[in-house]
Parts: sequence; C-alpha cells; structure tokens
Amino acid sequence: MAKILIDEERCKGCELCIPACPKHIMVMAEYFNKKGYHPAKQIKPEECTGCTFCAITCPDVAIEVYK
Amino acid sequence: MEEKMLMKGNEAIGEAAIRAGCHFYFGYPITPQSELTAYMAKKLLKMKDAVFVQAESEIAAINMVYGAASTGVRAMTSSSSPGISLKQEGISYIACAELPCVIVNMQRGGPGLGSIQPGQADYFQATKGGGHGDYHLIVLAPSSVQELVDLTMDAFDLADKYTNPAMILGDGLIGQMMEAVEFKERKKINLPDKEGWTLTGCKGREKKYIVPFNLDPYEMEKLNLKIQEKYNKLKEKEVRYETVNLDNADLIIVAYGIVARIAKTVMSNAKKEGINIGLIRPITLFPFPEKIIAETSEKVNKFLVVEMSMGQMVEDVKLAVNGKAEVNFYGRVGGVIPTQSEILTEIKKYLK
Amino acid sequence: MKKVFESPKSLTKDPFTYCPGCHHGIAHRLVAEALDEFGVREKTIGVCPVGCSVFAYVFFDCDMICAAHGRAPAVATGIKRAKPDSIVFTYQGDGDLASIGTAEIVHTANRGENITVIFINNAIYGMTGGQMAPTTLVGQVTQTSPYGRDPKTMGYPIKVAEMLSTLKGVAYISRVALSKPAYILKAKKAIRKAFQSQIEGKGFSLVEILSTCPTNWGLSPIEANKWLEENMIPYYPLGEFKTPEEVS
Repeated sequence: MAKILIDEERCKGCELCIPACPKHIMVMAEYFNKKGYHPAKQIKPEECTGCTFCAITCPDVAIEVYK
Repeated sequence: MEEKMLMKGNEAIGEAAIRAGCHFYFGYPITPQSELTAYMAKKLLKMKDAVFVQAESEIAAINMVYGAASTGVRAMTSSSSPGISLKQEGISYIACAELPCVIVNMQRGGPGLGSIQPGQADYFQATKGGGHGDYHLIVLAPSSVQELVDLTMDAFDLADKYTNPAMILGDGLIGQMMEAVEFKERKKINLPDKEGWTLTGCKGREKKYIVPFNLDPYEMEKLNLKIQEKYNKLKEKEVRYETVNLDNADLIIVAYGIVARIAKTVMSNAKKEGINIGLIRPITLFPFPEKIIAETSEKVNKFLVVEMSMGQMVEDVKLAVNGKAEVNFYGRVGGVIPTQSEILTEIKKYLK
Repeated sequence: MKKVFESPKSLTKDPFTYCPGCHHGIAHRLVAEALDEFGVREKTIGVCPVGCSVFAYVFFDCDMICAAHGRAPAVATGIKRAKPDSIVFTYQGDGDLASIGTAEIVHTANRGENITVIFINNAIYGMTGGQMAPTTLVGQVTQTSPYGRDPKTMGYPIKVAEMLSTLKGVAYISRVALSKPAYILKAKKAIRKAFQSQIEGKGFSLVEILSTCPTNWGLSPIEANKWLEENMIPYYPLGEFKTPEEVS
C-alpha cells in the first residue's frame, strides 16, 4: 500500500514525473491550477509502489509519498 | 599605556588595525602599499583566531572582506589606485549590504597603471562613490604617520557605527615615510550591537540573509533612502578638519594629506615675506567640511586649492564657497609632488 | 502509512521561481536534504550567485548571502575563515563559476578552502536570456552563438570538474546529472559526500551538476532531459574525479 499527495498549486506541469514513474500511472490533469498549469495527477493509485521516483524527479518538490 | 615607536606609514596602519581588533585581512600586493600586506602576514599568521589571506586578486580580496564582514568581524583590505579600481564592484555591494569594513588606498599616480609615486587623483573615486549606484564611503585623509594610526582606529569605529565601508585615503609618500607614533589608550565608545544582521547560522532563530539587491524598484528606492539617511547623519556629526591661521589671512590654502604638510611649510616661508596664509585641511573627505569653507569664504576672498591631481577636491571647495570668494587651483600629477616654492610662487600670482 | 518523502526542513515553503522542468529545484532539494541529514542547517551559511538562482536565499532555510557575479567562492572564503565552525556552501551557475568567476573558483579550490561548491552546468546563461556559456557545447545555438558555437573563435566548452581535480587542495570532485531518477539518486550521494568532506575538514569539495534549461534550450522539459543525456553526458562524463580515501 502506497500513496502520493500532489500539491497541485506548486506543480508547474513540467511532466517530468510521467517518464519517471515505473508504473506509468502519472498523467497531467485536464484542468488548470491557479498558475494556469495542468497539474500532475495519478491514475490507478492502487498500482503505486511508493518508489518515490516521481517525487525525487519533481523540480518543484510538489509530491509527498506515503508507504 | 602609551608606547612610542618609529614606524613606516604602511606598517603603522597594520599595527593600528590589529590593535583596533581587526584580525581579518585579505590583500593583494601592489606598490606602494605592499609593506602593509606583508605586515599583516607577519602578525596575523602568528595570531590565534586571526586570518591573513593573500587573495588571487584585488577583486577576490574585497569579496573575502564582504564575506568575513557579514559574520560580524572587523575585516580590512588595502591596495593602491589601480587595485582600488578593481575593488569597486565589491565595495558597491558592501555599501548596499550595509556592512562595515575598512579599505586602505595608498594612492599613486594615475590614470592607467600610472606611476608608483604618490598621487591624490583618486579623490573623485573615493568620495563620490567609486563604483556603481548611489553610495559613499566614509573617507579619512591622514597627513602624518600618527594620524594614519589614529584614523585607522577611528575608521573601524565609524564603519561599525554607520554599518558602512570606510576608506583611509593616503598616498604613496605617507605610506613610505617613517615617523614616531604613539599607540594611545583609546577611550571605550559605545557601538551598535551587530547581532541584528550578522550571519552566524540560524541556531535558535529565524534564518537571516544579506542580499544587496531588490528587484522591486520601490523597495530598492527605500533602501537607497535609508542609506542616504546615514550619509546625512555623517555630514551632520562626523565632519573633521584642521584649521590654521584663518583670521586675517590674505589667502586660504585648502589641501589634504601630505600636501597639507607642504602647505604648512609654505605658510611659514610666506610669513617671512610678510604674506599671511591660512590653511583648511579636510580630515574627512566624505563627509566634506563644507561649512567651515563656506564660513571662511565670507571673511577671506582668495582660496588656493592644492592637490596632487588635475583638480578634484577643488570642485567641492567651489561648491562650498558658492561664488563668494575666488577659488584657484594648483596641482601636480602623475606622481610629482608640488614643492613649497612652486606653491608660494603660485600664491604670489593671486596676491598681486 | 508513513511519510517516506517530503520537502526537507532546509527548504522554505516558498514555491520556486524557476521555469517548469528546470533542474535548479531538484538541485536545491538535494542540497537541503544533505543539510538535514547531517544536522547542520543551523550552522550553515550559503552563498548564492548572480543568475537565476540569485533567489536561492529565499528557498534555503538557513543563513544566506548573495555574492557578486562569480565572486561566491571569495565571499565563502571570507565567511569560512571568519567562522571556521560553520558549514559554508556556494551555489553557482556556469556563467558565474566558469566564466566571470574562474579566478575565484580556481584559487579557492587551490587553497583547499574547506567549503562545498554546488556547480550547475546547463550549458547556457539562463537569467539573461540564453547566451553562450563557457560550457556551451560545440555547435550549440544560443543568442550569442546564433550559428552554433564555433570553437575556432569561441573556444571549447570548459570541463570544470576535470580541470579543478588537478589541483592538490581539492578533496572531492564529482560530476552528476539530474535527468532521471537513477542519476538523481547518485547526485544525492555525491552532494552528501561533498558536505561530508567539509564536515570532516578535508578541504575543498565541488559537485558539478549537469542540468537542463528547457526555456533557453527551446525544448520541453522531457526533450531537454533527452538532449542532456544525448549531448552533454558524452562530452561531460559523469563520475568522481577526486575522492579523499576516507570519504566514501
């Protein structure tokens, strides 16, 4: 069991977490945050292993990981 | 306890700085001030918790001073004209960051690489800012080795008091000559606490930072106004000068540093010929003693400004005199020192 | 569930002002994590440069001072000499460190000043809008090398890690990248070693971090990572160039 928390307002929609995720469950949301970026979003949360790769790749320290 | 010693000017500055609690020196060799760098090496490298670094350049040296000063210690660098030009960027940063430190300039002939003989052609650079932006240094101009000692010690106090860099503006002659000096017991003065701004690591408090910039122009303007306020206070409280024989003088010489000493010989020689000369010797070049000059111009209508430059301080004298008296100028440059007989000949021209 | 990843204490909560995908944020975080892990935040003084990361003083939650362009190693020298018990680091870009500040970095390294330098090499000037850096690759197009960097008139890109590792005063030097998680993990180790070297009083340490500048490279952050791996790493090989035996 693992989960991530994305601070959508810190996210700048750079998409670097998408290729970083070994489970391919990171996407960009269709909506915008206040800065006008599409924030990162996790699909299929049940597949998340809590490997932290998305978080360590995020240049904006916008992701927290729980395991 | 008072001690009398025979010392070379450059070495006297070093001893004075150490006695004033400056145990952090960063420098780079240049003639004619290298004895000061060597003196600091000899003393500080043997002292506990003291630092001497021969930097890779004058630029690095002033930036090391910036770093050391940010931690609250008394720090100093020294150089001569071309080296001081290199330090200007760092000095502007230190003035903007409002950190205290002392910079010694033993001026030589300029411009360019110039000469290695004494000069006073860095007056504009020293008193008007020197680097970019609106700022001033506290500029002290000694005219004897004793005064090098006293003013060096004062420079550290003034720098701390106003959190502003202070400069000792000497010249190659005063740095090289030997005179008897006394290291007098100094009375304790109250200086502002540095704790509010020193960087020491944020243990037990919020972090602090020193940043000599603000991208918000209104905030940057506020910072400029705050710094300006200090300069106004300096002008009000810290002006220093020496006057000799102002009453009934036929002509007033205005000169600083070593030239003022030559002027004193001129005065006594002139007296023998029945010419009555007065002298105003600015000791602080910033803040400039404009009031005494203005007051004197109400009583004496002829001034002669003598400098080892093409005419720099004369501009400040003219501003102070404000048209109320005739202001003449005599200068020798490039490392040439004006002789007393040249000056007397010049004076006679104006007293015809 | 336990929190296994969060923002380090040595970073403030202020959002970074860097462009989307810029690696400065990752580098900041790794430095902050090292300060946390060694428990030295409260005795650290950081020196930020001129350039995009001039705002690093906002993001690091420790005492900070801003140096003039290129002069951070000299400022750090002054701080460390005046307060030898503090942990002092500089954070410099390639224009700052490898162009205008070459004298300062070479001599600070050569004196073996016991400080840590975090050197961001993204092969371009960021804040001024994408001009040629000393580290710009041969043929790379920038605002001031619009036809590509021509080594005949513009020289070759400087290999800082290799150059400085020839100096005896240097204790630790390595080059890392931030373009994928495996590299980031290695970068973290290198930064830790650099600070460890300082904490143990071993002398000068530097980590050269190959980073992207998607905005001025004109690439998306993902394309920029690919460009870094295909172009920068072959010229700027990753790895340790100098290690004191005791720091491992």
